[in-house]
Amino acid sequence: MVKEKKYMRLSGLEPLIITPESNFINVGERTNVAGSRKFLRLIKEEQFDEALAIARHQVEGGAQIIDINMDDGLIDGKEAMVRFLNLIAAEPDICRVPIMIDSSKWEIIEAGLQVVQGKCVVNSISLKEGEEKFIWEATQIKRYGAAVIIMAFDEVGQADNYERRIEIAKRSYDILVNVVRFAPEDIIFDLNIFPVATGMEEHRKNAIDFIEATRWVRKNLPHVSVSGGVSNVSFSFRGNNIVREAMHSVFLYHAIQAGMNMGIVNPTMLEVYDDIPKDLLTYVEDVVLDRREDATERLLEFAETVKGIKKQDTSQALEWRKLPLQERITHSLVKGIDAFIVEDAEEARLSAAKPLHVIEGNLMTGMNVVGDLFGAGKMFLPQVVKSARVMKKAVAYLNPFIEEEKGETQQTLGKVLMATVKGDVHDIGKNIVSVVLGCNNYEIVDLGVMVPPEKIIEAAKKEKVDVIGLSGLITPSLDEMVYLAKEMERQNFEVPLLIGGATTSKAHTAVKIDTQYKNAVVHVNDASRAVTVVGDLLNEVTKNEYVTDVKKEYGEFREKFLKRGKTKAYISIEEARKRKFKVDWNATNITKPNNLGIKVLEDVALKDLLEYIDWSPFFRSWDLHGKFPDILKDEIVGEQATELYKDAQELLLKIVEEKLLKTKAVFGLFKANSVNEDDIEVYDEEGKKMAQFLTLRQQLKKREGIPNYALSDFIAPKDTQIEDYIGCFCVSTGFGTHELALEYEKENDDYNAIMIKALADRLAEAFAEYLHKEIRTNYWGYAKEENLSNEELIKESYKGIRPAPGYPACPDHLEKTTIWNVLQVEERIGVQLTESLAMWPAASVSGYYFANPEAKYFGLGKIKNDQLKSYIKRKNISEEEATKWLSPNLADN
Amino acid sequence: MSNIYKEIQKRILVLDGAMGTMLQEYKFTEEDFRGERFKNHPSPLKGNNDLLSITQPEAVKEVHRKYFAAGADIVETNTFSGTTIAMADYQMEDLVYELNYESAKIAKEVADEFTQKEPQKPRFVAGSIGPTNRTASMSPDVNDPGYRAVTFDELRIAYKLQIEALLDGGADVLLIETVFDTLNAKAALFAVEEVKTERNIEVPVMVSGTITDASGRTLSGQTAEAFLISISHIPLLSVGFNCALGANLLQPHLEAIAYKTDFSISAHPNAGLPNAFGEYDETPEEMASQIEEYLKKDLINIIGGCCGTTPKHIKAIAEVASKYKPRLIREKVS
Repeated sequence: MVKEKKYMRLSGLEPLIITPESNFINVGERTNVAGSRKFLRLIKEEQFDEALAIARHQVEGGAQIIDINMDDGLIDGKEAMVRFLNLIAAEPDICRVPIMIDSSKWEIIEAGLQVVQGKCVVNSISLKEGEEKFIWEATQIKRYGAAVIIMAFDEVGQADNYERRIEIAKRSYDILVNVVRFAPEDIIFDLNIFPVATGMEEHRKNAIDFIEATRWVRKNLPHVSVSGGVSNVSFSFRGNNIVREAMHSVFLYHAIQAGMNMGIVNPTMLEVYDDIPKDLLTYVEDVVLDRREDATERLLEFAETVKGIKKQDTSQALEWRKLPLQERITHSLVKGIDAFIVEDAEEARLSAAKPLHVIEGNLMTGMNVVGDLFGAGKMFLPQVVKSARVMKKAVAYLNPFIEEEKGETQQTLGKVLMATVKGDVHDIGKNIVSVVLGCNNYEIVDLGVMVPPEKIIEAAKKEKVDVIGLSGLITPSLDEMVYLAKEMERQNFEVPLLIGGATTSKAHTAVKIDTQYKNAVVHVNDASRAVTVVGDLLNEVTKNEYVTDVKKEYGEFREKFLKRGKTKAYISIEEARKRKFKVDWNATNITKPNNLGIKVLEDVALKDLLEYIDWSPFFRSWDLHGKFPDILKDEIVGEQATELYKDAQELLLKIVEEKLLKTKAVFGLFKANSVNEDDIEVYDEEGKKMAQFLTLRQQLKKREGIPNYALSDFIAPKDTQIEDYIGCFCVSTGFGTHELALEYEKENDDYNAIMIKALADRLAEAFAEYLHKEIRTNYWGYAKEENLSNEELIKESYKGIRPAPGYPACPDHLEKTTIWNVLQVEERIGVQLTESLAMWPAASVSGYYFANPEAKYFGLGKIKNDQLKSYIKRKNISEEEATKWLSPNLADN
Repeated sequence: MSNIYKEIQKRILVLDGAMGTMLQEYKFTEEDFRGERFKNHPSPLKGNNDLLSITQPEAVKEVHRKYFAAGADIVETNTFSGTTIAMADYQMEDLVYELNYESAKIAKEVADEFTQKEPQKPRFVAGSIGPTNRTASMSPDVNDPGYRAVTFDELRIAYKLQIEALLDGGADVLLIETVFDTLNAKAALFAVEEVKTERNIEVPVMVSGTITDASGRTLSGQTAEAFLISISHIPLLSVGFNCALGANLLQPHLEAIAYKTDFSISAHPNAGLPNAFGEYDETPEEMASQIEEYLKKDLINIIGGCCGTTPKHIKAIAEVASKYKPRLIREKVS
């Protein structure tokens, strides 16, 4: 019997043995909420089947270990880890490979170790909090039978040079092997891969220090492995994939030679070492190996030349200009090129009998191609909007000629009224639908935002429109739409009503709106569907049949919907209060904010917000679905997404450089206590009560041991006599958006008019993220330790939450008025609340801050009449008013 | 360190055969199972074999005696179901410590009798730790694959109590056996480590998995080698397989691990596969000749029998084992 050497042996359902002959072990990292927004969303929405599909995809794609990370402030990491690992255990094609349990929280790691039968890898532990904790955790890991990643981190901080890396690795190794008696072959060092070419002198040796430390560790610490997250090294070249891919392969090439034998690498972000162009290879190796003083400058200079490169010859690019006129016009429209459209329109006009024929003939021919391609899914929304821009430019040029020849009007397919309802300010979706319909030859009457119902009715009559389209994003807008449907019925309207916007749904449309209006009501939440729906509604031949079908469909849907949903069981509000989330207040460390009171921030630099932007929703607003940055490489929409992203970056740069948008923020941090279970009293510095926030409590019957949450649970009750704190805030990047959008619209540039609003929305969210971090680390300062490296920043989930009124944890929009009173938001920074309590400008975010480490986001769900009654009493408003505001959440409604 | 480490270097150690099969021959009635002490116990007790260590200790001792007489070096305590989790079926959770303690004690008494008679062949008691009737990494509900009927901590706590009682009663070795869910075994090993640390002692531990069918995997889906890797973080006296299969079908799985570990290798297969009446009918001679194949291939350090095996089987196995040298084990490193 021959005993094999000391190799790391891991197992899922099948063994994985890492020998010196093994190839580099690739760890799949898409099942990481910190690294994958899609995975985070799926976990948050409990779409576990799809989350499992991601894990399966990775294993099928060749991942030999899968890293699973649930560290996110918005989810219960421990519960999610256990749930997901349990589900994986039932999927033999996934759990055949070993699991890497990835968390910065010991309790999550331990919970994970308790549900996996195979030999896992723990990612990670370190000496960060001292030897005692390190030894204890390592001992437990040994007992659970797992290998472990050791971060090069100690009490002083993260190792950031060669000497510190080997010092910490050596010390960790000695403790593990000699004190804990941990098997050395089960130790993996993560020696911290940091970015190079950042322009900072102290980062120059980041890569070479890692590589040399790896060499030292593999030579001096027998049997261990070395791992790391490779993409970090190229962090400063985000957006420049040619350089990044080259950097990754150069780095890996040298690190693997030095002994790095496993790691997290995105295979799609890797150039083949031998395929890297000679010049680029030299520049990159100069940087990675720190071979020249001016290595960074030289690579940066080179990087500029390959940025956003499209290998296309300009002479070839203009080849299409030699095509016949109609084909050129079509080309311009399909490709969204506006440089030549005026000259082509003029050429067409000169040869046409009447200028109108150019529109009805040449231009519409081109737009029909666009419409067909869009309908067939071969063009995407941003392209269509760009096409519309070209079309508008041509029409604008032709109009004066048309007007000269009196009596002519352009024949359109119909007139569509579009409006965002009273109290609501969100119009990106509405504008996109308008543009798409416009370029399909419908005339659009756009009434803008916050349009009162009487104005909609009046305009519809005056303009003799054929269709009315209503849009809204916030929940009170739903009631506005119902009201408008009633009015249309009362005034004997016959035109179809289209409903769209983020909070609208087929269910609401079928149950609440369709029943109010005897003519057609259609829910259209997707701009690409709008064209077919309006086409069907207005087609003389088929429209009656279509309307009958739609009515029937909604009737059946409604019936089904009403029948279902009655199975949910609720408990009384008293019972729910008894089952509140119980914090052990005596054991809770409450941090007093560094600054109590109200503070206004003006002129936070826009560029400081850029890194906080979450791009995925931006693409969603353009009907491009996928997670950023993967979406840029998506097989279907990748090219279009890249184009859109490039345009967005351009406009963003302009916004930042020319300071086109203003940032404004106000926040306050106050003493607070919860009272009567569900309310939060807010006090000034002397302890005098200044306001009361009302929170709503979950009433859905839950499993034993699962609490019924209200936000007030995260604030110490008054009777504990513990001084606790709460914060609230409002940020805006919306000032200037409206004016900019108008300017673009004036130039017939709907594309950028929509773009500016979409970007302002992203910046506002980014600002909220930025301010939350400032609150945590600075103004409140309850998480000062958050000052970490880039990677840590991206990975570390923060403590505390910032729920926003109108969203799942606190759907009551009325709470915004309390925030406005407390902070004097309008007086201080000018952000207003509409009658539906939408914020104006639209690119604004408001909410509360809770610092309790156990605070988490949750969804309120439905509440019962007993809570509504209690709420009415506490809020001192009429039942009618309370019902109006809370209606989407009333179970008895 | 227990001298079982010395003995295992000298010869192939023989483990006993089935306990249940032997106790069935007594045809104990419900009253016999209850005895005087549990006359009024609320739930039926017939079939709770572990309880016989308290209510019919002489019968249990007799079975141990027969196996030692047949040539066994190690007998297993009558504690296969001796956890609070398994005993919940009989509402006897409170009796778990006593059951294990008494079972170990009577087995040890018999072992000592034989050791005294034949000091050159010391006899040992292995505390039998069964899988419980719940699985930590599989859902009993096909519609809810994420559900678990038992947690790691519940298992760990239950096993810990059993381990403490077995050691207090005099068990020389702990045998975590019939492992069809590796996570259950890991919880037991975790408990072993806790007890070792708390008492500052070393205890020889045997782990024996169960390959359920021809797929060559445990019920929880692991290959033999993956199973081996998953339980090798604790120093073990031996690792091997038992139950479910006869000696013949077990062989490839023993081969799959024998060359990949420096722990001793154990096997206690069934007496063939059950026939149409659910009975095991492989004769002692047939079984012994199958096992001789293991010995020729130098696969084995500990050999015994599981379901359907009797003292006659063990006698035949012991005879053939005595003709072979044990599989060579290297000195343990560190």
